[in-house]
Amino acid sequence: MHASLSFDQAPPISVPYRFFIAAPWFGVMAGLLLALSGDAALASRWTPEALALTHLVGVGFMLQAMCGALFQFIPVAVGGNVWSPKLVANTVQPMLLLATLLLVAGLLFSRPVLLSFAVPLFLLSLGGFVVVVALALWQTPATGMTLWSMRMAIGALAVTVLLGSLLAEALAHGLALPIIDLTNVHLAWGLGAWALMLLAGVSYHVVPMFQLTRPYPLWFTHWFGPVLLLLVIAWSSRLLLDEAWWTLAIALPLLTILSVYAGMTLWLQYTRRRKVHDATSIYFRVAMLAMLAFAVSGAVFLSYPEFGNDPRATVWLGVLAFAGVFVSAITGMMYKIAPFLNWLHLQRLGAPMNAVPNMKKMIPAEAMTGQLRLHVLAVLLLLAAVWQPGLARLAGIAFAASCAWLGWNLIGAARRYRSFRDQIREVVLRC
Amino acid sequence: MSITDPLFQHHKHCDKIFADAEDACANGDWAAGEQAFTLLRDQLETHFTSEEELLFPAFEQATGMTSGPTEVMRGEHRQMRDLLAQMQDAVASRDGDAFGGAAETLLILMQQHNMKEENILYPMCDNALGASDVGASLVERLNAS
Repeated sequence: MHASLSFDQAPPISVPYRFFIAAPWFGVMAGLLLALSGDAALASRWTPEALALTHLVGVGFMLQAMCGALFQFIPVAVGGNVWSPKLVANTVQPMLLLATLLLVAGLLFSRPVLLSFAVPLFLLSLGGFVVVVALALWQTPATGMTLWSMRMAIGALAVTVLLGSLLAEALAHGLALPIIDLTNVHLAWGLGAWALMLLAGVSYHVVPMFQLTRPYPLWFTHWFGPVLLLLVIAWSSRLLLDEAWWTLAIALPLLTILSVYAGMTLWLQYTRRRKVHDATSIYFRVAMLAMLAFAVSGAVFLSYPEFGNDPRATVWLGVLAFAGVFVSAITGMMYKIAPFLNWLHLQRLGAPMNAVPNMKKMIPAEAMTGQLRLHVLAVLLLLAAVWQPGLARLAGIAFAASCAWLGWNLIGAARRYRSFRDQIREVVLRC
Repeated sequence: MSITDPLFQHHKHCDKIFADAEDACANGDWAAGEQAFTLLRDQLETHFTSEEELLFPAFEQATGMTSGPTEVMRGEHRQMRDLLAQMQDAVASRDGDAFGGAAETLLILMQQHNMKEENILYPMCDNALGASDVGASLVERLNAS
Protein backbone atom coordinates (compact mmCIF):
# COMPACT_ATOMS: atom_id res chain seq x y z
CA MET A 1 0.00 0.00 0.00
CA HIS A 2 2.77 2.39 0.89
CA ALA A 3 4.46 1.99 -2.47
CA SER A 4 1.76 4.14 -4.04
CA LEU A 5 2.02 6.88 -1.45
CA SER A 6 3.36 9.96 -3.13
CA PHE A 7 4.33 12.59 -0.65
CA ASP A 8 6.92 14.87 -2.09
CA GLN A 9 6.23 14.54 -5.70
CA ALA A 10 5.09 17.93 -6.86
CA PRO A 11 5.37 17.56 -10.65
CA PRO A 12 7.90 19.65 -12.56
CA ILE A 13 6.76 23.28 -12.53
CA SER A 14 6.24 23.24 -16.29
CA VAL A 15 3.39 20.72 -15.90
CA PRO A 16 0.75 22.87 -14.21
CA TYR A 17 2.11 26.07 -15.75
CA ARG A 18 1.66 25.02 -19.35
CA PHE A 19 -2.05 24.50 -18.69
CA PHE A 20 -2.42 27.68 -16.61
CA ILE A 21 -0.71 29.86 -19.17
CA ALA A 22 -2.80 28.54 -22.06
CA ALA A 23 -6.19 28.79 -20.31
CA PRO A 24 -6.74 32.58 -20.21
CA TRP A 25 -6.13 33.01 -23.93
CA PHE A 26 -9.20 30.92 -24.71
CA GLY A 27 -11.08 33.43 -22.59
CA VAL A 28 -9.55 36.18 -24.72
CA MET A 29 -10.75 34.36 -27.86
CA ALA A 30 -14.24 34.05 -26.35
CA GLY A 31 -14.35 37.76 -25.56
CA LEU A 32 -13.13 38.72 -29.02
CA LEU A 33 -15.62 36.38 -30.66
CA LEU A 34 -18.43 38.04 -28.72
CA ALA A 35 -17.09 41.49 -29.57
CA LEU A 36 -17.05 40.59 -33.26
CA SER A 37 -20.40 38.79 -33.28
CA GLY A 38 -22.33 41.34 -31.28
CA ASP A 39 -25.83 40.85 -29.97
CA ALA A 40 -26.70 37.86 -32.19
CA ALA A 41 -24.34 35.63 -30.23
CA LEU A 42 -26.37 35.85 -27.04
CA ALA A 43 -29.84 35.56 -28.58
CA SER A 44 -30.01 31.88 -27.68
CA ARG A 45 -27.74 29.11 -26.47
CA TRP A 46 -28.02 27.35 -29.84
CA THR A 47 -26.44 29.99 -32.09
CA PRO A 48 -23.11 28.84 -33.58
CA GLU A 49 -21.45 31.72 -31.75
CA ALA A 50 -22.96 30.75 -28.40
CA LEU A 51 -21.89 27.11 -28.85
CA ALA A 52 -18.39 28.26 -29.76
CA LEU A 53 -18.28 30.63 -26.76
CA THR A 54 -19.45 27.87 -24.43
CA HIS A 55 -16.65 25.55 -25.52
CA LEU A 56 -13.98 28.26 -25.59
CA VAL A 57 -14.70 28.90 -21.92
CA GLY A 58 -15.75 25.41 -20.81
CA VAL A 59 -13.06 23.42 -22.58
CA GLY A 60 -10.47 26.05 -23.46
CA PHE A 61 -10.34 27.96 -20.19
CA MET A 62 -11.90 25.73 -17.52
CA LEU A 63 -10.74 22.28 -18.59
CA GLN A 64 -7.17 23.45 -19.32
CA ALA A 65 -6.84 25.06 -15.91
CA MET A 66 -8.52 22.18 -14.08
CA CYS A 67 -6.26 19.60 -15.72
CA GLY A 68 -3.19 21.62 -14.70
CA ALA A 69 -4.47 22.04 -11.15
CA LEU A 70 -5.20 18.31 -10.83
CA PHE A 71 -1.60 17.42 -11.66
CA GLN A 72 -0.55 19.60 -8.74
CA PHE A 73 -3.38 18.88 -6.36
CA ILE A 74 -3.50 15.08 -6.48
CA PRO A 75 -0.05 14.49 -4.96
CA VAL A 76 -0.38 17.21 -2.33
CA ALA A 77 -3.98 16.78 -1.24
CA VAL A 78 -4.54 13.06 -1.57
CA GLY A 79 -1.02 11.62 -1.85
CA GLY A 80 -1.72 10.24 -5.32
CA ASN A 81 1.13 9.28 -7.59
CA VAL A 82 0.42 10.60 -11.10
CA TRP A 83 2.34 8.50 -13.60
CA SER A 84 4.96 10.43 -15.60
CA PRO A 85 3.26 13.82 -15.22
CA LYS A 86 5.61 15.59 -17.62
CA LEU A 87 5.16 13.04 -20.37
CA VAL A 88 1.40 12.97 -19.88
CA ALA A 89 1.11 16.77 -19.79
CA ASN A 90 3.37 17.19 -22.82
CA THR A 91 1.23 14.74 -24.75
CA VAL A 92 -2.23 15.62 -23.51
CA GLN A 93 -2.04 19.39 -23.59
CA PRO A 94 -1.09 19.99 -27.25
CA MET A 95 -3.73 17.49 -28.35
CA LEU A 96 -6.29 19.15 -26.13
CA LEU A 97 -5.39 22.59 -27.50
CA LEU A 98 -5.78 21.43 -31.08
CA ALA A 99 -8.98 19.50 -30.35
CA THR A 100 -10.52 22.57 -28.68
CA LEU A 101 -9.66 24.83 -31.61
CA LEU A 102 -11.06 22.31 -34.11
CA LEU A 103 -14.25 21.87 -32.07
CA VAL A 104 -14.79 25.60 -31.73
CA ALA A 105 -14.11 26.23 -35.41
CA GLY A 106 -16.41 23.34 -36.38
CA LEU A 107 -19.24 24.73 -34.25
CA LEU A 108 -18.69 28.34 -35.26
CA PHE A 109 -18.41 27.80 -38.99
CA SER A 110 -20.75 24.77 -39.09
CA ARG A 111 -18.02 22.58 -40.59
CA PRO A 112 -18.78 18.93 -39.68
CA VAL A 113 -15.42 17.72 -40.92
CA LEU A 114 -13.65 19.76 -38.22
CA LEU A 115 -15.82 18.14 -35.55
CA SER A 116 -14.86 14.73 -36.90
CA PHE A 117 -11.18 15.65 -36.59
CA ALA A 118 -11.69 16.94 -33.06
CA VAL A 119 -13.38 13.82 -31.69
CA PRO A 120 -10.45 11.36 -31.85
CA LEU A 121 -8.13 14.02 -30.42
CA PHE A 122 -10.46 14.56 -27.45
CA LEU A 123 -10.89 10.84 -26.90
CA LEU A 124 -7.15 10.20 -27.00
CA SER A 125 -6.01 13.18 -24.93
CA LEU A 126 -8.73 13.18 -22.30
CA GLY A 127 -9.02 9.40 -22.31
CA GLY A 128 -5.33 9.18 -21.47
CA PHE A 129 -5.67 11.92 -18.86
CA VAL A 130 -8.66 10.24 -17.23
CA VAL A 131 -6.88 6.86 -17.05
CA VAL A 132 -3.71 8.30 -15.51
CA VAL A 133 -5.57 10.45 -13.00
CA ALA A 134 -8.03 7.66 -12.11
CA LEU A 135 -5.14 5.26 -11.43
CA ALA A 136 -3.55 7.83 -9.11
CA LEU A 137 -6.86 8.46 -7.35
CA TRP A 138 -7.68 4.79 -6.83
CA GLN A 139 -4.20 3.71 -5.73
CA THR A 140 -3.62 6.31 -3.04
CA PRO A 141 -4.00 5.12 0.56
CA ALA A 142 -5.60 8.47 1.52
CA THR A 143 -9.25 8.71 2.47
CA GLY A 144 -11.85 11.48 2.77
CA MET A 145 -14.50 13.25 0.78
CA THR A 146 -12.10 15.36 -1.26
CA LEU A 147 -10.70 12.12 -2.65
CA TRP A 148 -14.18 10.74 -3.33
CA SER A 149 -15.24 14.00 -4.96
CA MET A 150 -12.22 13.83 -7.23
CA ARG A 151 -12.96 10.21 -8.08
CA MET A 152 -16.57 11.04 -8.96
CA ALA A 153 -15.45 14.10 -10.92
CA ILE A 154 -12.93 12.26 -13.05
CA GLY A 155 -15.55 9.61 -13.86
CA ALA A 156 -17.93 12.39 -14.82
CA LEU A 157 -15.29 13.93 -17.09
CA ALA A 158 -15.13 10.61 -18.96
CA VAL A 159 -18.94 10.60 -19.36
CA THR A 160 -18.88 14.24 -20.51
CA VAL A 161 -16.25 13.54 -23.16
CA LEU A 162 -18.06 10.45 -24.42
CA LEU A 163 -21.36 12.33 -24.68
CA GLY A 164 -19.64 15.29 -26.33
CA SER A 165 -17.99 12.99 -28.84
CA LEU A 166 -21.31 11.34 -29.59
CA LEU A 167 -22.90 14.75 -30.14
CA ALA A 168 -20.08 15.91 -32.40
CA GLU A 169 -20.34 12.73 -34.49
CA ALA A 170 -24.11 13.11 -34.61
CA LEU A 171 -23.70 16.66 -35.94
CA ALA A 172 -20.93 15.66 -38.34
CA HIS A 173 -22.73 12.66 -39.80
CA GLY A 174 -26.34 13.66 -39.31
CA LEU A 175 -27.09 10.78 -36.91
CA ALA A 176 -30.70 10.55 -35.79
CA LEU A 177 -30.22 11.35 -32.10
CA PRO A 178 -32.15 13.62 -29.73
CA ILE A 179 -29.50 16.34 -30.00
CA ILE A 180 -31.10 18.86 -27.66
CA ASP A 181 -31.80 16.37 -24.87
CA LEU A 182 -28.37 14.81 -25.23
CA THR A 183 -26.78 18.27 -25.08
CA ASN A 184 -28.59 18.99 -21.84
CA VAL A 185 -27.28 15.73 -20.39
CA HIS A 186 -23.74 16.47 -21.67
CA LEU A 187 -23.91 19.91 -20.04
CA ALA A 188 -25.15 18.50 -16.72
CA TRP A 189 -22.26 16.02 -16.56
CA GLY A 190 -19.71 18.62 -17.65
CA LEU A 191 -20.77 21.53 -15.46
CA GLY A 192 -22.31 19.60 -12.58
CA ALA A 193 -20.74 16.21 -12.03
CA TRP A 194 -17.29 17.20 -13.34
CA ALA A 195 -16.66 20.92 -12.79
CA LEU A 196 -18.80 21.59 -9.73
CA MET A 197 -17.90 18.26 -8.12
CA LEU A 198 -14.22 19.06 -8.51
CA LEU A 199 -14.67 22.65 -7.31
CA ALA A 200 -16.54 21.45 -4.21
CA GLY A 201 -14.05 18.70 -3.44
CA VAL A 202 -11.13 21.08 -3.79
CA SER A 203 -12.87 23.78 -1.78
CA TYR A 204 -13.25 21.40 1.19
CA HIS A 205 -9.49 21.81 1.41
CA VAL A 206 -8.60 25.19 0.01
CA VAL A 207 -11.28 27.37 1.61
CA PRO A 208 -10.16 26.43 5.16
CA MET A 209 -6.54 26.35 4.00
CA PHE A 210 -6.19 29.69 2.24
CA GLN A 211 -8.55 31.67 4.44
CA LEU A 212 -8.35 29.84 7.78
CA THR A 213 -12.05 29.18 8.00
CA ARG A 214 -13.67 26.44 10.03
CA PRO A 215 -13.95 23.18 8.06
CA TYR A 216 -17.07 22.40 6.05
CA PRO A 217 -19.42 20.34 8.28
CA LEU A 218 -18.96 16.60 7.88
CA TRP A 219 -22.64 16.04 7.08
CA PHE A 220 -22.26 18.43 4.16
CA THR A 221 -19.07 16.97 2.69
CA HIS A 222 -20.48 13.45 3.04
CA TRP A 223 -23.71 14.21 1.25
CA PHE A 224 -23.04 16.97 -1.27
CA GLY A 225 -21.03 14.97 -3.81
CA PRO A 226 -23.16 11.81 -3.83
CA VAL A 227 -26.40 13.82 -3.98
CA LEU A 228 -25.03 15.93 -6.83
CA LEU A 229 -24.05 12.79 -8.74
CA LEU A 230 -27.47 11.21 -8.15
CA LEU A 231 -29.22 14.35 -9.37
CA VAL A 232 -27.10 14.44 -12.54
CA ILE A 233 -27.91 10.77 -13.15
CA ALA A 234 -31.59 11.55 -12.56
CA TRP A 235 -31.30 14.51 -14.96
CA SER A 236 -29.91 12.08 -17.55
CA SER A 237 -33.02 9.93 -17.14
CA ARG A 238 -34.97 12.76 -18.75
CA LEU A 239 -33.83 11.23 -22.04
CA LEU A 240 -36.39 8.53 -21.28
CA LEU A 241 -38.86 10.37 -19.07
CA ASP A 242 -39.32 13.90 -20.34
CA GLU A 243 -42.12 15.09 -18.06
CA ALA A 244 -42.41 18.56 -16.58
CA TRP A 245 -42.96 17.24 -13.04
CA TRP A 246 -39.86 15.06 -13.27
CA THR A 247 -37.74 17.99 -14.48
CA LEU A 248 -39.01 20.05 -11.55
CA ALA A 249 -38.37 17.18 -9.11
CA ILE A 250 -34.71 17.13 -10.16
CA ALA A 251 -34.07 20.81 -10.78
CA LEU A 252 -35.38 22.11 -7.45
CA PRO A 253 -33.17 19.85 -5.27
CA LEU A 254 -30.25 20.65 -7.56
CA LEU A 255 -30.75 24.39 -7.12
CA THR A 256 -31.17 23.84 -3.39
CA ILE A 257 -27.85 22.03 -2.95
CA LEU A 258 -26.12 24.69 -5.05
CA SER A 259 -27.49 27.33 -2.69
CA VAL A 260 -26.42 25.35 0.36
CA TYR A 261 -22.88 24.95 -0.97
CA ALA A 262 -22.56 28.60 -1.96
CA GLY A 263 -24.23 29.88 1.21
CA MET A 264 -22.10 27.70 3.43
CA THR A 265 -18.89 28.76 1.70
CA LEU A 266 -19.83 32.42 2.09
CA TRP A 267 -20.67 31.86 5.76
CA LEU A 268 -17.37 30.08 6.39
CA GLN A 269 -15.54 32.96 4.70
CA TYR A 270 -17.50 35.53 6.69
CA THR A 271 -16.60 33.84 9.98
CA ARG A 272 -13.01 33.07 9.05
CA ARG A 273 -10.07 33.55 11.36
CA ARG A 274 -7.81 35.20 8.80
CA LYS A 275 -8.76 38.83 8.42
CA VAL A 276 -6.42 39.75 5.57
CA HIS A 277 -8.18 39.89 2.18
CA ASP A 278 -6.57 39.03 -1.12
CA ALA A 279 -7.62 38.46 -4.71
CA THR A 280 -8.19 34.75 -4.13
CA SER A 281 -10.59 35.21 -1.23
CA ILE A 282 -12.57 37.87 -3.11
CA TYR A 283 -12.64 35.77 -6.28
CA PHE A 284 -14.11 32.90 -4.29
CA ARG A 285 -16.79 35.19 -2.90
CA VAL A 286 -17.64 36.39 -6.40
CA ALA A 287 -17.93 32.77 -7.54
CA MET A 288 -20.23 31.85 -4.66
CA LEU A 289 -22.42 34.94 -5.14
CA ALA A 290 -22.73 34.03 -8.82
CA MET A 291 -23.74 30.51 -7.79
CA LEU A 292 -26.43 31.88 -5.49
CA ALA A 293 -27.63 34.14 -8.31
CA PHE A 294 -27.71 31.08 -10.58
CA ALA A 295 -29.83 29.16 -8.08
CA VAL A 296 -32.26 32.03 -7.50
CA SER A 297 -32.56 32.74 -11.24
CA GLY A 298 -33.09 29.06 -11.98
CA ALA A 299 -35.88 28.90 -9.39
CA VAL A 300 -37.52 32.02 -10.85
CA PHE A 301 -37.34 30.61 -14.39
CA LEU A 302 -38.88 27.34 -13.21
CA SER A 303 -41.62 29.11 -11.28
CA TYR A 304 -42.47 31.63 -13.99
CA PRO A 305 -42.37 29.88 -17.36
CA GLU A 306 -43.07 33.19 -19.11
CA PHE A 307 -39.49 34.15 -18.14
CA GLY A 308 -38.02 30.64 -18.28
CA ASN A 309 -39.20 30.00 -21.83
CA ASP A 310 -37.33 33.04 -23.14
CA PRO A 311 -34.21 31.69 -24.93
CA ARG A 312 -32.19 34.36 -23.15
CA ALA A 313 -33.00 32.82 -19.75
CA THR A 314 -30.65 29.91 -20.43
CA VAL A 315 -27.99 32.29 -21.73
CA TRP A 316 -28.27 34.26 -18.50
CA LEU A 317 -27.74 31.05 -16.50
CA GLY A 318 -24.82 30.15 -18.76
CA VAL A 319 -23.09 33.48 -18.16
CA LEU A 320 -23.55 33.10 -14.41
CA ALA A 321 -22.20 29.54 -14.41
CA PHE A 322 -19.28 29.84 -16.85
CA ALA A 323 -18.01 33.38 -16.32
CA GLY A 324 -19.46 34.08 -12.87
CA VAL A 325 -18.79 30.84 -11.02
CA PHE A 326 -16.07 28.85 -12.73
CA VAL A 327 -13.85 31.47 -14.36
CA SER A 328 -13.88 33.38 -11.05
CA ALA A 329 -13.10 30.41 -8.80
CA ILE A 330 -10.42 29.07 -11.16
CA THR A 331 -8.73 32.46 -11.51
CA GLY A 332 -8.68 32.87 -7.74
CA MET A 333 -7.08 29.45 -7.39
CA MET A 334 -4.45 30.15 -10.03
CA TYR A 335 -3.50 33.38 -8.24
CA LYS A 336 -2.65 31.31 -5.18
CA ILE A 337 -1.17 28.24 -6.85
CA ALA A 338 1.21 29.96 -9.30
CA PRO A 339 3.07 32.06 -6.67
CA PHE A 340 3.34 29.08 -4.34
CA LEU A 341 4.68 26.87 -7.14
CA ASN A 342 7.31 29.50 -7.92
CA TRP A 343 8.41 29.62 -4.31
CA LEU A 344 8.29 25.83 -3.86
CA HIS A 345 10.48 25.14 -6.86
CA LEU A 346 12.87 28.05 -6.25
CA GLN A 347 13.62 27.00 -2.68
CA ARG A 348 14.54 23.54 -3.94
CA LEU A 349 17.46 24.97 -5.89
CA GLY A 350 19.61 24.86 -2.80
CA ALA A 351 20.14 28.56 -2.16
CA PRO A 352 19.98 30.03 1.33
CA MET A 353 16.34 30.50 2.22
CA ASN A 354 16.58 34.28 2.45
CA ALA A 355 17.72 34.34 -1.18
CA VAL A 356 14.37 32.92 -2.28
CA PRO A 357 11.73 35.63 -2.86
CA ASN A 358 8.46 35.07 -1.01
CA MET A 359 5.10 34.45 -2.67
CA LYS A 360 4.10 38.09 -2.78
CA LYS A 361 7.02 38.86 -5.08
CA MET A 362 5.65 36.59 -7.82
CA ILE A 363 2.55 38.49 -9.02
CA PRO A 364 2.04 42.10 -7.89
CA ALA A 365 -1.01 42.37 -5.62
CA GLU A 366 -2.21 45.47 -7.52
CA ALA A 367 -2.14 43.54 -10.81
CA MET A 368 -4.30 40.79 -9.32
CA THR A 369 -6.84 43.11 -7.73
CA GLY A 370 -6.98 45.29 -10.86
CA GLN A 371 -7.66 42.23 -13.00
CA LEU A 372 -10.27 41.07 -10.48
CA ARG A 373 -12.14 44.38 -10.77
CA LEU A 374 -12.09 44.18 -14.56
CA HIS A 375 -13.36 40.60 -14.43
CA VAL A 376 -16.27 41.57 -12.18
CA LEU A 377 -17.11 44.44 -14.53
CA ALA A 378 -16.95 42.05 -17.49
CA VAL A 379 -19.31 39.57 -15.80
CA LEU A 380 -21.78 42.35 -14.97
CA LEU A 381 -21.63 43.62 -18.56
CA LEU A 382 -22.12 40.09 -19.90
CA LEU A 383 -25.19 39.67 -17.70
CA ALA A 384 -26.55 43.03 -18.78
CA ALA A 385 -25.87 42.18 -22.43
CA VAL A 386 -28.14 39.14 -22.20
CA TRP A 387 -31.13 41.51 -21.83
CA GLN A 388 -29.60 44.63 -23.43
CA PRO A 389 -28.04 43.23 -26.64
CA GLY A 390 -26.43 46.57 -27.47
CA LEU A 391 -23.92 45.90 -24.70
CA ALA A 392 -22.70 42.59 -26.13
CA ARG A 393 -19.69 44.00 -27.96
CA LEU A 394 -18.57 46.04 -24.97
CA ALA A 395 -19.03 43.01 -22.70
CA GLY A 396 -16.96 40.91 -25.08
CA ILE A 397 -14.16 43.47 -25.10
CA ALA A 398 -14.20 43.68 -21.29
CA PHE A 399 -14.09 39.89 -20.93
CA ALA A 400 -11.27 39.59 -23.47
CA ALA A 401 -9.34 42.34 -21.68
CA SER A 402 -9.76 40.77 -18.24
CA CYS A 403 -8.65 37.36 -19.53
CA ALA A 404 -5.69 38.93 -21.33
CA TRP A 405 -4.71 40.66 -18.09
CA LEU A 406 -4.94 37.33 -16.28
CA GLY A 407 -2.82 35.72 -18.99
CA TRP A 408 -0.29 38.51 -18.69
CA ASN A 409 -0.16 38.15 -14.90
CA LEU A 410 0.50 34.42 -15.20
CA ILE A 411 3.14 34.92 -17.90
CA GLY A 412 4.72 37.49 -15.58
CA ALA A 413 4.79 34.91 -12.78
CA ALA A 414 6.50 32.40 -15.07
CA ARG A 415 9.03 35.03 -16.20
CA ARG A 416 9.75 36.00 -12.60
CA TYR A 417 10.31 32.33 -11.80
CA ARG A 418 12.92 32.10 -14.54
CA SER A 419 14.60 35.32 -13.55
CA PHE A 420 14.74 34.39 -9.83
CA ARG A 421 15.89 30.89 -10.76
CA ASP A 422 18.82 32.27 -12.74
CA GLN A 423 19.75 34.64 -9.90
CA ILE A 424 19.60 31.82 -7.34
CA ARG A 425 21.72 29.53 -9.49
CA GLU A 426 24.36 32.23 -9.59
CA VAL A 427 24.24 32.50 -5.78
CA VAL A 428 24.52 28.72 -5.46
CA LEU A 429 27.47 28.61 -7.86
CA ARG A 430 29.24 31.36 -5.91
CA CYS A 431 28.70 29.40 -2.66
CA MET B 1 -9.26 10.06 20.88
CA SER B 2 -6.56 8.87 18.48
CA ILE B 3 -2.83 9.17 19.15
CA THR B 4 -2.45 12.05 16.73
CA ASP B 5 -5.61 13.92 17.69
CA PRO B 6 -3.72 16.36 19.98
CA LEU B 7 -1.46 17.25 17.05
CA PHE B 8 -4.50 17.80 14.85
CA GLN B 9 -5.99 20.12 17.47
CA HIS B 10 -2.69 21.91 17.87
CA HIS B 11 -2.68 22.71 14.13
CA LYS B 12 -5.92 24.65 14.65
CA HIS B 13 -4.47 26.39 17.69
CA CYS B 14 -1.47 27.54 15.63
CA ASP B 15 -3.77 28.69 12.80
CA LYS B 16 -5.55 31.02 15.20
CA ILE B 17 -2.32 32.52 16.52
CA PHE B 18 -1.08 32.93 12.94
CA ALA B 19 -4.21 34.89 12.02
CA ASP B 20 -3.78 37.15 15.06
CA ALA B 21 -0.12 37.85 14.25
CA GLU B 22 -0.79 38.51 10.57
CA ASP B 23 -3.75 40.78 11.28
CA ALA B 24 -1.86 42.84 13.87
CA CYS B 25 1.23 43.29 11.70
CA ALA B 26 -0.87 44.12 8.61
CA ASN B 27 -2.56 46.88 10.63
CA GLY B 28 0.74 48.23 11.93
CA ASP B 29 0.08 47.14 15.52
CA TRP B 30 3.61 45.89 15.96
CA ALA B 31 3.43 45.42 19.73
CA ALA B 32 0.52 43.00 19.49
CA GLY B 33 1.98 41.52 16.31
CA GLU B 34 5.30 40.80 17.96
CA GLN B 35 3.60 39.18 20.93
CA ALA B 36 1.42 36.98 18.73
CA PHE B 37 4.32 36.14 16.43
CA THR B 38 6.54 35.09 19.35
CA LEU B 39 3.78 32.81 20.59
CA LEU B 40 3.32 31.39 17.09
CA ARG B 41 7.04 30.71 16.67
CA ASP B 42 7.24 28.98 20.06
CA GLN B 43 4.11 26.91 19.50
CA LEU B 44 5.23 25.80 16.05
CA GLU B 45 8.66 24.90 17.40
CA THR B 46 7.03 22.78 20.12
CA HIS B 47 4.88 21.11 17.47
CA PHE B 48 7.80 20.36 15.17
CA THR B 49 10.01 18.95 17.92
CA SER B 50 7.14 16.85 19.32
CA GLU B 51 6.80 15.20 15.94
CA GLU B 52 10.52 14.94 15.22
CA GLU B 53 11.47 13.56 18.63
CA LEU B 54 8.42 11.48 19.54
CA LEU B 55 6.01 10.66 16.73
CA PHE B 56 8.28 10.20 13.73
CA PRO B 57 10.88 7.96 15.43
CA ALA B 58 8.11 5.76 16.83
CA PHE B 59 6.47 5.52 13.40
CA GLU B 60 9.77 4.78 11.70
CA GLN B 61 10.56 2.08 14.22
CA ALA B 62 7.13 0.49 13.89
CA THR B 63 7.03 0.51 10.08
CA GLY B 64 10.67 0.53 9.03
CA MET B 65 9.88 3.53 6.77
CA THR B 66 12.72 5.92 7.46
CA SER B 67 13.05 7.67 4.13
CA GLY B 68 9.41 8.21 3.27
CA PRO B 69 6.80 10.64 4.54
CA THR B 70 8.62 11.48 7.78
CA GLU B 71 11.69 12.62 5.87
CA VAL B 72 9.54 14.91 3.72
CA MET B 73 7.86 16.32 6.83
CA ARG B 74 11.22 17.03 8.47
CA GLY B 75 12.28 18.88 5.33
CA GLU B 76 9.15 21.02 5.42
CA HIS B 77 9.73 21.76 9.11
CA ARG B 78 13.13 23.16 8.11
CA GLN B 79 11.50 25.35 5.46
CA MET B 80 8.95 26.66 7.95
CA ARG B 81 11.66 27.42 10.49
CA ASP B 82 13.47 29.44 7.82
CA LEU B 83 10.30 31.38 7.01
CA LEU B 84 9.71 32.02 10.71
CA ALA B 85 13.23 33.45 10.88
CA GLN B 86 12.39 35.79 8.00
CA MET B 87 9.22 36.85 9.79
CA GLN B 88 11.24 37.43 12.96
CA ASP B 89 13.61 39.75 11.05
CA ALA B 90 10.63 41.57 9.52
CA VAL B 91 9.03 42.07 12.95
CA ALA B 92 12.33 43.36 14.33
CA SER B 93 12.70 45.87 11.48
CA ARG B 94 8.94 46.67 11.42
CA ASP B 95 8.83 45.79 7.70
CA GLY B 96 5.17 45.11 6.90
CA ASP B 97 5.75 44.01 3.29
CA ALA B 98 8.48 41.54 4.20
CA PHE B 99 6.37 40.17 7.06
CA GLY B 100 3.27 39.84 4.88
CA GLY B 101 5.16 38.07 2.10
CA ALA B 102 6.86 35.58 4.42
CA ALA B 103 3.60 35.06 6.35
CA GLU B 104 1.65 34.33 3.16
CA THR B 105 4.29 31.80 2.12
CA LEU B 106 4.37 30.20 5.57
CA LEU B 107 0.59 29.93 5.62
CA ILE B 108 0.35 28.02 2.35
CA LEU B 109 3.34 25.82 3.16
CA MET B 110 1.99 25.15 6.65
CA GLN B 111 -1.52 24.37 5.41
CA GLN B 112 -0.46 21.97 2.70
CA HIS B 113 1.93 20.38 5.19
CA ASN B 114 -0.90 19.98 7.71
CA MET B 115 -3.13 18.59 4.97
CA LYS B 116 -0.61 15.86 4.17
CA GLU B 117 -0.17 15.04 7.84
CA GLU B 118 -3.86 15.03 8.71
CA ASN B 119 -5.01 13.10 5.65
CA ILE B 120 -2.21 10.65 5.19
CA LEU B 121 0.57 10.52 7.77
CA TYR B 122 -1.48 10.79 10.97
CA PRO B 123 -3.88 7.99 9.97
CA MET B 124 -0.84 5.87 9.12
CA CYS B 125 0.68 6.70 12.52
CA ASP B 126 -2.59 5.88 14.30
CA ASN B 127 -2.65 2.50 12.56
CA ALA B 128 0.98 1.73 13.23
CA LEU B 129 1.16 2.98 16.82
CA GLY B 130 -2.23 2.01 18.17
CA ALA B 131 -0.91 0.22 21.25
CA SER B 132 2.01 2.52 22.13
CA ASP B 133 2.26 5.28 24.74
CA VAL B 134 3.38 7.91 22.23
CA GLY B 135 0.01 9.65 22.48
CA ALA B 136 0.43 10.40 26.19
CA SER B 137 3.94 11.76 25.60
CA LEU B 138 2.66 14.02 22.83
CA VAL B 139 -0.09 15.42 25.03
CA GLU B 140 2.40 16.06 27.81
CA ARG B 141 4.82 17.84 25.46
CA LEU B 142 2.17 20.02 23.83
CA ASN B 143 0.54 20.92 27.14
CA ALA B 144 3.87 21.95 28.62
CA SER B 145 4.37 24.61 25.95
